[in-house]
Amino acid sequence: MNEIEKLINLRKKMRKTLLETSLNSGEPSHIGGALSIVDILAVLYNNILNINLDKPADRFILSKGHGFLALLSVLYCQGYISKKKLMTFQTNGSDFIAHPIENPRYGIESSNGSLGQGLSFGIGISLAYKKKSRKEFVYVLVGDGECYEGSIWEAAISATELELGNLTVIVDCNGHQNDGAIGKKMNYENLKNKWEGFGWNTVLCDGHNMTELLNVLKIKKKNIPTAIIAKTIKGKGINFMENNNDWHHGRLTKNLFEEAIKSL
Amino acid sequence: MFGQFMLEIAKTNNKLIVLSADLGRSSGLDRFKNQFPEKYLSVGISEQNLIGVAAGLAKEGYKVFVTSFAPFLSMRASEQVRMNLGYMNLPVNMVALGSGVSMGYLGNSHFGLEDIAIMRAIPNINISSPADCGELGKILYNYAFSNLGPSYIRLTGVPNSALVYDKDYNYEFKKFITLKKGKDLLILSTGSMVSQSLKASQILDKENINCEIINIHTLKPIDEKIVNLLKKFRKVATIEEHSVIGGLGSIIAEKIAKHSIKCHFLTIGLPDLFGPTGTYDYLIDYHGLNGEKIAKKIIKFLKK
Repeated sequence: MNEIEKLINLRKKMRKTLLETSLNSGEPSHIGGALSIVDILAVLYNNILNINLDKPADRFILSKGHGFLALLSVLYCQGYISKKKLMTFQTNGSDFIAHPIENPRYGIESSNGSLGQGLSFGIGISLAYKKKSRKEFVYVLVGDGECYEGSIWEAAISATELELGNLTVIVDCNGHQNDGAIGKKMNYENLKNKWEGFGWNTVLCDGHNMTELLNVLKIKKKNIPTAIIAKTIKGKGINFMENNNDWHHGRLTKNLFEEAIKSL
Repeated sequence: MFGQFMLEIAKTNNKLIVLSADLGRSSGLDRFKNQFPEKYLSVGISEQNLIGVAAGLAKEGYKVFVTSFAPFLSMRASEQVRMNLGYMNLPVNMVALGSGVSMGYLGNSHFGLEDIAIMRAIPNINISSPADCGELGKILYNYAFSNLGPSYIRLTGVPNSALVYDKDYNYEFKKFITLKKGKDLLILSTGSMVSQSLKASQILDKENINCEIINIHTLKPIDEKIVNLLKKFRKVATIEEHSVIGGLGSIIAEKIAKHSIKCHFLTIGLPDLFGPTGTYDYLIDYHGLNGEKIAKKIIKFLKK
């Protein structure tokens, strides 16, 4: 099996895991914006990141905390979380809720849920790595809707001023936010221009094309942070969820779950 | 003084890093910046970013201090404080310059009227409020060389404010300090108001009113021994350069209510309004927070 086939199997397993986890909780959960980042996380965790829970190496920060189901799925598929633990998702008192709660034991780097905060936090870690002459990288994933937050742009300035070549931001451009489509000025092309304008080494890609992702996620530039503008589809992989914002935060029934599994 | 203390700390603390959001000069950090450029960083005028970056550095083991003016830390960046320092419990020390009304002519935009109220509602954040610059040094050293968690260090008063301590004393995190024993009235004060309380007590002594004066340098966690002390007095006053809502007065009122302590209680502080602007001395006088006016308020209170 070649690398791409492996990744295609992984993303399928991740989507299935994500749906099972959501169904098992019996509660509404953030499915659409998790499905849009599954492919990115599959490539990151399978091919890019050097993860070491005992001594953190490469770091991944999910700034768009509502994509947590995708992160949990990849952590499960890569063996960092047991099935039993995963299935506590959105049950009373669980460590795993709608948004990440920092937990080094499972490789969850930061607590999120309030948008626009993960990039500054990632910059702090990148800066620490740079000061310590460490060679590892920091990846921060933000949403396109999240880019409305002013604090994202405060951080965007800092990262270039601090010349953080060890930092990559991935912008998940699924074109939707909580209440529907994002504004025209915030589409992926405009976002690319914005990040470029802030001095980032900016690359546009198809966020569901494994070959492209494998290439772009390796891009680095000395002393300049990289922004990967990933064009994605909210609800990707499940036909009735794609570009259907009802699944931003929705509840799966057994029937819907079965229908979703069929479309995988 | 803050800058000088940080210079001293930097000499022996190799994990130290001081961050500012374009207020390094106002923080007295120019010398620090020149002497330890690798231990200093300004992120520009971006307080939300400041707290996030500080948290990331703290996560990687740095001993981080950040400085800005009180409202910019406690309000502009308050949700970053909540998520990064509170929720994740990352040990960043926030040094809030010019709190209370010490920013004088810069006005209410720069005053720290509500910062204790905001910070103390966020879990995990320690709040310290030094009574003079010597105590500031002790507090900074304590946070720099121990693992107390995230903190908010609230600076009130102006550079020439009176000293409370003329010789060395034992400072212990959380533990309140009795500056003067008394029997008629218990005065609990913090920050700049400790020296004003001492002045007031000298005036009150002449009126044969004998006050016990306490310096509460740690507002959170509050020293639970304060409850036993409260039980010994029938008359209690709190004095602070902070809104009468949510600060020391509220902290003590909660203790009085929780423990059903029977006492007459007076809160002296800044009123719940955006008041006028002027010199620090003018404002302290306007709000009745100098020794003379505090003494008058207490005499009136005791007559009730």
